[in-house]
Amino acid sequence: MSSGAAVSLRGVTKRFGAVTAVAGVDLDIAEGEFFSMLGPSGSGKTTMLRLIAGFELPTAGTVLLKGRDVTRLPPFDRDVNTVFQDYALFPHMSVAQNIAYGLRVRRVAKEERNRRVDEALASVRLDEFGSRRPHQLSGGQRQRVALARALVNRPAVLLLDEPLGALDLKLREEMQVELKAIQQQVGITFIFVTHDQQEALTMSDRIAVFADGRIEQVGTPTEIYERPMTQFVAGFVGTSNVLQPAVARALVGRDAIATIRPEHIRIVAVGAEPDADEMHTIATVRDVQYLGAFVRVRAETDEGARLVVDVPSFTGVGADVALGRRCTLAWSSRYVRAVGQSSSTNTGGEE
Amino acid sequence: MYMSRAARYVLATFTTLVLLVLYFPILYIARLSINKARSYAWPPQGFTLQWWRAASHATGPRDALFRSLETALLASAIALVLGTLASFALTRYRFFGHNAVSFIAVLPIALPGIVTGIALNSGYHRVGINLSLFTLVVAHATFCIVIVYNNVAARLRRLAPSLEEASADLGADIFQTFGYITFPLMRSALLAGGLLAFALSFDEIVVTTFTAGSGFETLPLWIFNNMFRPNNLPLVNVVATVVVVLSIIPVYLAQRLSDGALGASGR
Repeated sequence: MSSGAAVSLRGVTKRFGAVTAVAGVDLDIAEGEFFSMLGPSGSGKTTMLRLIAGFELPTAGTVLLKGRDVTRLPPFDRDVNTVFQDYALFPHMSVAQNIAYGLRVRRVAKEERNRRVDEALASVRLDEFGSRRPHQLSGGQRQRVALARALVNRPAVLLLDEPLGALDLKLREEMQVELKAIQQQVGITFIFVTHDQQEALTMSDRIAVFADGRIEQVGTPTEIYERPMTQFVAGFVGTSNVLQPAVARALVGRDAIATIRPEHIRIVAVGAEPDADEMHTIATVRDVQYLGAFVRVRAETDEGARLVVDVPSFTGVGADVALGRRCTLAWSSRYVRAVGQSSSTNTGGEE
Repeated sequence: MYMSRAARYVLATFTTLVLLVLYFPILYIARLSINKARSYAWPPQGFTLQWWRAASHATGPRDALFRSLETALLASAIALVLGTLASFALTRYRFFGHNAVSFIAVLPIALPGIVTGIALNSGYHRVGINLSLFTLVVAHATFCIVIVYNNVAARLRRLAPSLEEASADLGADIFQTFGYITFPLMRSALLAGGLLAFALSFDEIVVTTFTAGSGFETLPLWIFNNMFRPNNLPLVNVVATVVVVLSIIPVYLAQRLSDGALGASGR
C-alpha cells in the first residue's frame, strides 16, 4: 500500500452476470491530483467510479481510501462525494437545503452549517440562488449546485461522473476552466470520468485510458497524446494514422504497428523537395474536409496505406490538394511511434 | 394536430352529448333532493329543504354513513401499507416470478365485482368466518391495493435512482435517506392513491353485498334497499347526493396531487 495515495485500487474486478465491466484494475491516484478516467461507453470507467463511491461492491480486489480498506463499506461511511451525471439534485429542497444536506445528516451544528453553505454558494457564484428550487435553475447552475453540495462536505476525494455531458459546448468549455480552478483552490483529489478526450487532455494532471474494463495506459496528457503505448490509445485520444506491420515496414521501416499523428505529416508543395532527414511517399488525394483551423486530407499512398493529413489552413494548400491530385507526403521519423497490440479488441477509431 | 372546422364542431358536439348523458342524471338526482314533489316526474317542482332535514334526523342513513366511512378508512389504510410494499418490491427488485406477481397484484381491479364477491363469500363460509366489518374490509382492500400500487409504482419508476444514491453518498444512512428523500418524494402519490382507494371503497356495492355481515348496511346498500320504498324516495335522493359529493372530493384532490407532483419533482 503506497503512502500518499488518495485512492489505491488493487486487482479490482466487477462482473455483472456474464459481463465483466472492470477486469483487474491496479491504480494509485495521488493526493490533490486531477485524475481523469477516459474511455468509450462500456469501457468500465463509470463502474470504476461507482466502485470507489461504494454504490457497487467489487467481485474481487480491494479499494483503499488514504490507505484504509473501504472495499466493503457502504457509501455513507466513505469519505468521498460524487457529482452525478444527471446532478441528482433533490427536487423538493431549495438550493441551500440541497447543499446543506450532507452537513445536516452528519449533524453539523446549525450555525456552522449555514456558514459553510453560504461559503459554498459563494464559491460557485450562486450567492443569490439559495432559496431557489433546482427546477428554476439553468443546466450550468444545477451543475454548480451539484458541485457545491459535494464540496461542502470537504471529502478526501471528489468523484465526477461525466458532469459536463449535458451542457452545450460553450458552457462546457467555461465549466472546464472553472472546475480546474476550483480543484486547484480546494486542493481535493478529483476523479473525473469522461468519454471526451479533449476534456481529459485539457483538465487532467494524469489520465487513465480505459478499454474493455482494463486500463490501456496511465500518464500525463502529454504522454498519452504524444507517446501512446497501444493502438487503442493512439486511435482514441486524438486522431492517429495506425499502420499495420506490413504497411509500416514499407512506409516507415518499422516491423511493428506504427502510428503517426495527422498534424505531423505535411504535403510538400509542388516543385519543392522533402527535407533530407524526412521520410516521404507519393499519394493520391481521396477526400478533402475544411475544418476551419485546418484542412483534413485523406490520401492513399502508392503502398496502399490510407493516411489522414491535417494541413493548417493558413499555409494555403489550395490547388495542391484537389481531389485525385498526386502529391508528396513527408514526415520526420521522430513522430513515428511503434505501439503495442492493444489488449482491447476495440481499435479506438477516429473519434 | 390539424383538424378541419367541421371535424372540431362534430367532436365538440359529441363530447358535450356524452358528458350530458353521464352527468345530467346525477345532477337531476341532486335537484330532486330539494324537490317539493315525491316523484321522479319531470319537470321538478318547487324548492324545499325538508328532505335534507328529514335525512339529517333519520338514523338509517347516518349509521350507514358511519359504516361506509369506517370501511373505506380501514380498507384504504390496509391498501396503503400493502400496496406501497408491493410497489417497492416490484419496481426496485427483480426476482423469480416478478412478472406473475405484478400481474396478480393489479388483477383484482379487472375482475368483475360479482365474481370477487361470490368467491370471497364462499371462501369465508368454507373457512368458517362469519361475515362482519372485517370480511368487508378485507374484500374492499383487494381492489384498493391496486389503486395504491399503481400510483406509488408510477412515482417510484419516475424517481431517478441517483437521488437515493446521492443521499447515501452525502452521508445519509438508509433511514435518513427514506425519511428525507424517498418518503417526501412519494408522499403526494401515497395521498393520491389513498384518496382514490377511499372513494372506490366508499361507493362500492357489488362486492359489499356478498361480504358485509347481515344488518351491516353501508351507504350504497342503504340506498339500494330503500329506493323501491316510495316513502323513502326523497331521502334516497338526499343520501345519493351526499355520496356523490363525498366521492368527488377525494377524486378531485387525488387528481390535483398527481398533476402537481410533476412540477414539484422539478423536471
